[in-house]
Amino acid sequence: MKLVTAIIQPSRLDEVRDTLARIGITGLTVTDVRGFGRQKGHTEVYRGAEFEVEFVAKLRLDMVIPDDRVKPVVDAIADSARTGEIGDGKVFLSDIEEALRIRTKETGDDAL
Amino acid sequence: MRLTGSRYLRLAALAACLGAAPEAAWAQDAELSAGDTAWMLTSSVLVLFMTIPGLALFYAGLVRSKNVLSVMMQCFAIACLVTILWTVYAYGLAFGDGGAFHAFVGGGRLLLSGLTVDSLSGTIPETVFQMFQLTFAIITPALIVGAFAERMKFSAMLWFMGIWLTLVYAPVAHWVWGGGWLGDLGVLDFAGGTVVHVNAGIAALVLCIVLGTREGYPATPMPPNSLVLTVIGASMLWVGWFGFNAGSQLAADGVAGMAMAVTHIATATAAFTWMLVEWAGHGKPSVLGIVTGAVAGLVAITPASGTVGPIGAIGIGIASGVCCYFAVSRLKARFGYDDSLDVFGVHGVGGLVGALLTGVFTDAAFGGAGLDNGIGAQLGLQILGVAATLVYSGIVTLVILKVLDAVIGIRVTPEEEARGLDLALHDERGFNIDTLA
Repeated sequence: MKLVTAIIQPSRLDEVRDTLARIGITGLTVTDVRGFGRQKGHTEVYRGAEFEVEFVAKLRLDMVIPDDRVKPVVDAIADSARTGEIGDGKVFLSDIEEALRIRTKETGDDAL
Repeated sequence: MRLTGSRYLRLAALAACLGAAPEAAWAQDAELSAGDTAWMLTSSVLVLFMTIPGLALFYAGLVRSKNVLSVMMQCFAIACLVTILWTVYAYGLAFGDGGAFHAFVGGGRLLLSGLTVDSLSGTIPETVFQMFQLTFAIITPALIVGAFAERMKFSAMLWFMGIWLTLVYAPVAHWVWGGGWLGDLGVLDFAGGTVVHVNAGIAALVLCIVLGTREGYPATPMPPNSLVLTVIGASMLWVGWFGFNAGSQLAADGVAGMAMAVTHIATATAAFTWMLVEWAGHGKPSVLGIVTGAVAGLVAITPASGTVGPIGAIGIGIASGVCCYFAVSRLKARFGYDDSLDVFGVHGVGGLVGALLTGVFTDAAFGGAGLDNGIGAQLGLQILGVAATLVYSGIVTLVILKVLDAVIGIRVTPEEEARGLDLALHDERGFNIDTLA
């Protein structure tokens, strides 16, 4: 199983969620994050004092997926999160050793 | 208050005479007016509201979230401390009889002795008069909070405010309103441009310089944690200020009505002017700008509110909008002092502009109440009033701070400052919205 971590534009969340639901993915975790890559920040001004705000608000999606479903999930996320502008984000994959469903103690793919 | 200190003295003397000669023909001068009393009761409420929660919210929104409670605590605690000191001795110090020293300070009235249900001050109960004045004594030190936000020790702040009230506020109030030398000379300060704003403004400047800049200032961004709170607070200040200015007539009459009108006109004009200047200079109008412009207008119209007309109000609004805009956005950066919430830029400079323009726009040519001695002579008096306040308040504030710093230290430790005063000094968080569970 793989941990699929996606950093996306906040405005794309609904589209990504709907697309994932359509291919059968019904669980994920969302966090508010801030960061930067190639997208630059913005300027704020308070009583004449200007500040460069480097960090841009993004959303981080985390989901653990069985190995045989990873490629369609990654494609789905990338296609639905894309706007074509700098700042669209990235998707990362990492290995997960084990998973456990707390309520039933199921493990392996049954826990996902 | 009521134009000049000598007029107040006359009313006070009348009230005193009444006790000795109840059948005197002047008895009707000092009769209780229900209308005046009702308005002054209301005004007192409005002015207290300006501090809690008006100023508290205004400042709270401007600091970083880790310090949001600390400024509210400071405002609230000042309200309590000043009330106690006022009741014990400071009312007498400001408005009592100073005997041989009456030109410079009052005296007596310890624990409000002599104050009864029937005591009168002009046409209102003296209980109401002292309450009204108390609300001014509360907000003046509370204004200074903005200059030392995010880095002053709470205990040192309490000591400072208590001593400052005693050695600076009460005497200066006495000079202008309590029968002292500035009021006697004819300095015009209807509601406190000098007593409150220039006074607090210069004290703020001195304090923030002595205290030093915040860690990381000016390179580190320290944006306001919630301008929503600031706008709410500024709006409360605008509304409450009608008690501050129109209430300074100590009566419900035409002068109070005009004071309300000019206060409103000057404020709206100053806010709009600031917005336009910022729009032109920066490219976009800002919310913080428009509300700061409003406060600048409120400050500047304060000394003029009892003697100028609508034309004067517009003039004062434009002047304060422009002057305070540049004071706030340029002076600090130029000289490098960390007046965190622009107390000097808005209250000091605004009060100065207003005090001087009072000498101009009171002239009948501008629809004002009229000047006995002409604009030139009055301007000279206004400059004297401002200068005396700047020098006295500035120097005494400096001395108080130096002594306090030597005895107990006035600044928090770098660790406390980094952690945030809410947790470091009060073991509290302002917002527990995003904490776990």
